[in-house]
Amino acid sequence: MAKRFWDEAAETMARPELEALQLERLREAVGQALKTSFYKPRLEGIGISSPGDVRSLADLARIPFTTKDDLRRAFPYGMLAADRRDVVRMHASSGTTGIPTVIYLTAGDVARWTGFLARSLNATGADSNDVFQNMMTYGLFTGGLGMHYGAEKVGMMVIPVGPGNASRQLKLMKDFGTTTVHATPSYLLHLHSKLAEEGIDPRDLELKRAFCGAEPYSEDTRRKIEALYGIEVFNSYGLSEMNGPGVAFECERRDGMHLWEDGYILEIVDRDSLEGVKDGAMGEIVLTILCREAMPILRYRTRDLSSVYPGECPCGRTHRRIARIMGRTDDMLIINGINVFPSQIEEVIMAMPEVGNNYLILVEKDGALDRLTVKVEIGPLAFADDSRPLNALRDRIRDRLQASISINPRVELHEPGMLPVSEGKAKRVVDERTRI
Amino acid sequence: MKIQQISVFLENKTGRLADVTRLIASAGVNIRAISIADTADFGILRLIVDKPAEAAEALTKGGFTTRMTDVLAIEIPDQPGSLAKVMEIFKETGVNIEYLYASLEKDCSTAVVIFKVEDIEHSTKIVEEHGLATIDCF
Repeated sequence: MAKRFWDEAAETMARPELEALQLERLREAVGQALKTSFYKPRLEGIGISSPGDVRSLADLARIPFTTKDDLRRAFPYGMLAADRRDVVRMHASSGTTGIPTVIYLTAGDVARWTGFLARSLNATGADSNDVFQNMMTYGLFTGGLGMHYGAEKVGMMVIPVGPGNASRQLKLMKDFGTTTVHATPSYLLHLHSKLAEEGIDPRDLELKRAFCGAEPYSEDTRRKIEALYGIEVFNSYGLSEMNGPGVAFECERRDGMHLWEDGYILEIVDRDSLEGVKDGAMGEIVLTILCREAMPILRYRTRDLSSVYPGECPCGRTHRRIARIMGRTDDMLIINGINVFPSQIEEVIMAMPEVGNNYLILVEKDGALDRLTVKVEIGPLAFADDSRPLNALRDRIRDRLQASISINPRVELHEPGMLPVSEGKAKRVVDERTRI
Repeated sequence: MKIQQISVFLENKTGRLADVTRLIASAGVNIRAISIADTADFGILRLIVDKPAEAAEALTKGGFTTRMTDVLAIEIPDQPGSLAKVMEIFKETGVNIEYLYASLEKDCSTAVVIFKVEDIEHSTKIVEEHGLATIDCF
């Protein structure tokens, strides 16, 4: 049986103690940050030249925000606070400009991250009786490996299958009696539509629960997935800059995600004024990671929109809960769990002289999955009375987009002047998926 | 003799063909042969007209992407075996046809077939050597 708490002292710590611990750990994080070429001048500029200069948690507000662009500017080692030889892992996410954002972890950092995940998974009731099929991408992306470690820590038998191949997923689920999966909500819906094709009755599966994250989705979709499979779906929140999954997770009440405040300092700020908002109000999540030796990040603007749940959770955990992610402050699209920036698509299109400067990105639902269509205009140069070069051009655009964004889009060729013009605030992205 | 064909890129959208014919009509141009090739996503309209330059100008001004191409317009007797005879010659002489379509001519004794060939110079020579009747304007 899963324990009620994985780390009772930490999970149920009284707020004053928790805040005292945060202050102590914030000082340590600032101490690490002062070792980096990125943070040292920033912190000294506001009169923080040693950890002791942080007198209270309120001092955090004096520290400037860190953005994704800052992470890129610090590429590759500008935010590394540890000796490179103590780093045992890196993860990276692709970005708009081709410069990835990279995070580094020491062995201790990996262990702490794993600890937060173990705590999270235990809170959902997962334990050594469970068989865990991890359908998230392994590799540079943190979702796969991070969850893998956490699942092993609580003693689940892990099937490290990774994403895709519905027929193999279902076969594994059946053959090994998978009880727990980690996937995007879209993928679970897609998988369900394949059950009949594979001749599998959902009642033949031993599935009990799913961990869902990586893309915003509605409460209705959660209920739908729960009903389709007869399981419990737990929301998971994380981002690679803050290690990955395990930043916040729903407990057995499935009513808001506990954000582990002994590991992170949570702020929710107004998306325009960047001032803190009161509990319950929606704003951008800003996080300071407290226990990462190799790579401190202070006041990171996540671009994710959420709000703090007022009040305490009946589960007994004292760490505040955040609501499901309601969207993004920037224009990033999450397509089948993969982050795509319209600028990545623009970059590919602009590099091809055969097509004009106007384009339109359309995201729709195709069954349970998202479908991306990129519409471009052909220039006079590309047209030569023959469909073969046009088809070849379309295929070439598709291949280049696939290489850049890891998604295979549909590419449509249009006549010049049929798509919105590039001046002004042309609407380049049409997202026809249901809004949350 | 070669003849000029106008190709027009058409996206799959209701009314685009109507836009083309309207523009051509208002330029006072007569369409003599027409063909449309479609793929899943777009189409290519091919036209032989009496005044190609005017037609192309009107279409370009109207926002269409066009291209002029040289093709062969061969006049053949409107009777069984005529096209077969031309095709036999092309086969023997290695004239590679990319596509062909027939004209709208409703003359009782002859038909005009438009040929897009791979090597227009070579093909023109073959056509002349074999005494096939070509037309260079309608």
